[in-house]
Amino acid sequence: MYQIFNKKVIISVVIAAAVAMPACVTINIYFPAAAAEKAADKIIDEVWQLKEGLDGASGAPPAATPNTETPAK
Amino acid sequence: MKKLLLITGLVTTLFLSWIGMVQAAADLEANTPAISAIKASMQNRHGQLQGHYNAGAIGLTQDGFIAVKDASAVPLSQRGALAGLVKDENADRAKLYLEIATANGHPEWQGEIQSTFAGRWVDKAQTGWYYQKDGAWQKK
Repeated sequence: MYQIFNKKVIISVVIAAAVAMPACVTINIYFPAAAAEKAADKIIDEVWQLKEGLDGASGAPPAATPNTETPAK
Repeated sequence: MKKLLLITGLVTTLFLSWIGMVQAAADLEANTPAISAIKASMQNRHGQLQGHYNAGAIGLTQDGFIAVKDASAVPLSQRGALAGLVKDENADRAKLYLEIATANGHPEWQGEIQSTFAGRWVDKAQTGWYYQKDGAWQKK
């Protein structure tokens, strides 16, 4: 029954696999779209100062200093 | 039959190791000194560009760059400087896209990185800024 798996067939299968595997790797080193979006978001946030930068950039420092200047009644 | 099993095992092992290789490439490197330098340069320039975005003098293009949209929104004396800012910003952006691609060992990804950025710049743009869509300027 397994006579169809003779030496020739086995050798061809091995050769085919050996050829096909690197081809798969080449094709499947795909562009990582999700990772690229993540990286882009991080860089844009930094360049445009969209995260912690907003408070500092608006020129309104934390309201810590006014307390010390509160006039006594 | 034994040989067949052996071959199946070998092929499976190869396949699994290949999946491992693909998974390892799931994150993008974006923290090289060159990329940091470009980011710092763009961050500095953004202080000068921000007012021009707000005024509608410049806008975001569809391909991840910026362009002068309405030079008349800027006093005549400043138009030369504005053109220079746009040129410098676009040079930095082009460098940024290429640097990210090469830092990850795939210079050929530059185009895809650029189009990824193009979409994200527009998504993150402030209300009132202009961006290009299908060749026409749109207000966000």
